[in-house]
Amino acid sequence: MFAAKRSRILEREDALAFWLLFPTLVLLTLFIAYPFVRGVWLSLTDATVGEAGHFIGLRNFQRIFDDSIFRTAALNTFVYTGVTTVFKLALGLWLALLLNRHFRGKSWVRAFILLPFIIPTVLSTLAWKWMFDPTFSVFNWLFWKLSIISSRINWLGDPDLAMTSISIVNIWRGVPFYAISLLAGLQTINPDLHEAAAIDGANRWHRFWYVTWPLLLPVTMVVVLFSVIQTFADFQLVYVLTGGGPANATQLFATYAYQIGIGTGLLSEGAAISLAMFPALLLVVVFQLWYIRRVENR
Amino acid sequence: MAKVLIKDLNKKYDDVHAVRNVNLEIRDREFVVLVGPSGCGKTTTLRMVAGLEDITSGEISIDGRVVNDLAPMDRDIAMVFQNYALYPHMSVQDNMAFGLKMRKFERADIERRVRQAAEILGIQALLARKPRQLSGGQRQRVALGRAIVRNPRVFLFDEPLSNLDAALRVQMRVELKRLHERLETTAIYVTHDQIEAMTLGDRVVVMKDGVVQQEGAPLTLYQRPANRFVASFIGSPAMNFVDVNISGDGLWAEAQGLRLQVPQRMRSLGGQRLTLGVRPEALRLANGADEHGFATTVDVLEPLGNEILLNFRAGGVQMVARVDPGVRVKAHESVRLALDPQRLHFFDPKTEAAI
Amino acid sequence: MIEGAKWKKWLWFYLPLGAFVLALLFPFYWMAVTTVRPDGELYRPWNHPLYSPFWTAHPTFDHIKNLLQETLFNQWMWNTMLIAAAATLISLVCGVFAGYALARLKFRYAGLLGTAIFITYLVPQTLLFIPLADIIREYRLGDTPWALILTYPTFLIPFCTWLMMGYFKTIPKELEECARIDGAARWQAMVYIIFPIAVPGILSAGIFAFTLSWNEFIYALVFLSSPEQKTVPVGVVSELIRGDVFFWGPLMAGALIGSIPVAIVYSFFVEYYVTGMTGSVKG
Repeated sequence: MFAAKRSRILEREDALAFWLLFPTLVLLTLFIAYPFVRGVWLSLTDATVGEAGHFIGLRNFQRIFDDSIFRTAALNTFVYTGVTTVFKLALGLWLALLLNRHFRGKSWVRAFILLPFIIPTVLSTLAWKWMFDPTFSVFNWLFWKLSIISSRINWLGDPDLAMTSISIVNIWRGVPFYAISLLAGLQTINPDLHEAAAIDGANRWHRFWYVTWPLLLPVTMVVVLFSVIQTFADFQLVYVLTGGGPANATQLFATYAYQIGIGTGLLSEGAAISLAMFPALLLVVVFQLWYIRRVENR
Repeated sequence: MAKVLIKDLNKKYDDVHAVRNVNLEIRDREFVVLVGPSGCGKTTTLRMVAGLEDITSGEISIDGRVVNDLAPMDRDIAMVFQNYALYPHMSVQDNMAFGLKMRKFERADIERRVRQAAEILGIQALLARKPRQLSGGQRQRVALGRAIVRNPRVFLFDEPLSNLDAALRVQMRVELKRLHERLETTAIYVTHDQIEAMTLGDRVVVMKDGVVQQEGAPLTLYQRPANRFVASFIGSPAMNFVDVNISGDGLWAEAQGLRLQVPQRMRSLGGQRLTLGVRPEALRLANGADEHGFATTVDVLEPLGNEILLNFRAGGVQMVARVDPGVRVKAHESVRLALDPQRLHFFDPKTEAAI
Repeated sequence: MIEGAKWKKWLWFYLPLGAFVLALLFPFYWMAVTTVRPDGELYRPWNHPLYSPFWTAHPTFDHIKNLLQETLFNQWMWNTMLIAAAATLISLVCGVFAGYALARLKFRYAGLLGTAIFITYLVPQTLLFIPLADIIREYRLGDTPWALILTYPTFLIPFCTWLMMGYFKTIPKELEECARIDGAARWQAMVYIIFPIAVPGILSAGIFAFTLSWNEFIYALVFLSSPEQKTVPVGVVSELIRGDVFFWGPLMAGALIGSIPVAIVYSFFVEYYVTGMTGSVKG
């Protein structure tokens, strides 16, 4: 018995695809595409909270480029991203290599070390803030007991030290992500390759450099891509630890945009600061995507 | 039970012309096998009949009704896949009942049909199990059961036995044939294995590069191949080919070290250059009485137990002969081989068509 | 693995591993100890002779009581749970559908849309928060959970889509084809056959999305103003600090208890979480 040829719109692949993608496209258009466009528009006006503002071209950008705090924030962001990424990659890789062996309690260790990444950032950062408190810091106590220091270290209040302290927290938080992701990558590498290399006469370092590292590169690049974007746009760590201080020494793009846009209500300038992130981000993303394509096609 | 008519069927993927002007008429209750090497278009053709691929041009009709635009579920067909495609999260019973549930059959009806199909295939004991608990052969049966339960007009088979080990394959071939005789449903079967084609098909269709090379009863394809490809594809080990010159009087086919008498019907081809084909099984060790034959040296012997394959050179090419297991021959020995001129095949060297 | 002498193993393996574990977990220990440490002990300077950082002789539940009874912490927990659950649900539905469409269906703009969704994942919240704040206010969603329930999916959906895409690609196509021949419409094959098989992938995506929701801060900070509406991260940071005075006891209690829901979900589904995280990186 032939079924009646009912009009089955959803049988057509493109119709079904459209409806399946519809909610996603609506949400992403409303809350990403539209705000982005509006943000660009906002940055080209002189709007503040309460006042709609008029078109003023690129004057906001001119103003912020003349702003020394903005320049500090820009420099901070780049250096912060660069330095922490290097450390996270190195330490994460080391940890991944350590975890790649078999030992008792391995699954427990693996589960526990992800905690810094799982627990809401703000909450664990508060613990760090407490540990860094100049008067009550447990690190100060430790170094004092080990006779490394005799007077206190002002971890977050010293303009020269603050950025380093923040970087430490960032690295602490990011290492597990790198480690577990790289571990997964390591586990896809055929162990036969290592044995063949060992038989061929390669020592540990050679085996790593010539066998492990090239095969790990695709995963590494993806992990670095995500991490760089997150770090570059970071807000929570600085907000909780120093609020941008002392004396704007630890400002990043995001925190300065918040301070100007929401704090002082200069929406258009805040938008401009936020958007200043975009070119650098775009470059990083394009470069990494190109690199990933190249590595995949090799 | 239904007729399937395939008219001028074409399928193009971007610039690949996978199926070219295929015309096929499959009669009611017929078991037709599409056979050919990978990429010949047989699976694509099957999938177009199933409705899983769009048709570029041409027409497919089942029981007189054009089904080009019908969704697979409306064509009243059932398909058995190479990888069985059993739903892993459902029991065997639910796997078999799925199609009927989708078509809103009555529960009692579903149970009855599933039970019947399970009995036919001998899998009643497996109904509660999940696919991952079954062996390859058992999964195959469940896949068959799932198809039978629907009582479709046409069965489609996409290389269903390819994933089974050799012994099981032989056993399932027999069972499939028995099943077909019992159910009498029209079937289209795709395989790359010419043995399956020969043993299962009422009619066999050989395809290459998207084109139908020949269709007919298995024995017809074997005895009267339409071209060199079909001749080489059907039969294992494959037919031996050698380029020969026909003597001016049309009586002899000659190649390096070879001189064979041309059969009666071919004697008008004097002076031409042709391709000669002879099947390994048409060759035998000459005894004194044989007048049609040639001498050669055996290179390699392959004793298979039920027969011996002799590898040798003749007419400038490598050839194979199948001889009785009792024959006493040694490697590198000189022998004389004989054949029946009626079992010689001739092909046009350019068009490769049989003459 | 080529093994060396026992002491070498200790030096090159156990020691570094131990150091990592210690460094990564110490702050949580510190959080816990501070939570139960009485105020008198808490506010001893680091060079005080009686500074005993690693344990306390007189544990107390005062801080926890303070937190739960004197502040709006319970309300924040409820808010955050609700928002995270709702946002995760929306994102899963969208992500599973979108992932299926991109992985299984052939249509003209598939590649383009896939790339577009990927790109939105790379637009950080700190780039959009100012214009979004405006928009949220315009739609009258400000200071309501909806401001977050509708905006969190913007960074959750791309991730879920991507993860599900990779997962769907591992399911053989024949299953849907067979279902469609058996009598299922395309959408029925998707819902009755593919989705049940994809449950592990859906779980992974859901759990990862849940923890990401809890972690979000800037949208919650900017879009919510009344103390009753706040989420745990925002509430703990903004409401438990009066002026310049940090009440570290309740603060750490808040941080600790606020971490518990995510930690619990994570602990039950570690494998799924790891799969979710690494799936997005490998895919």
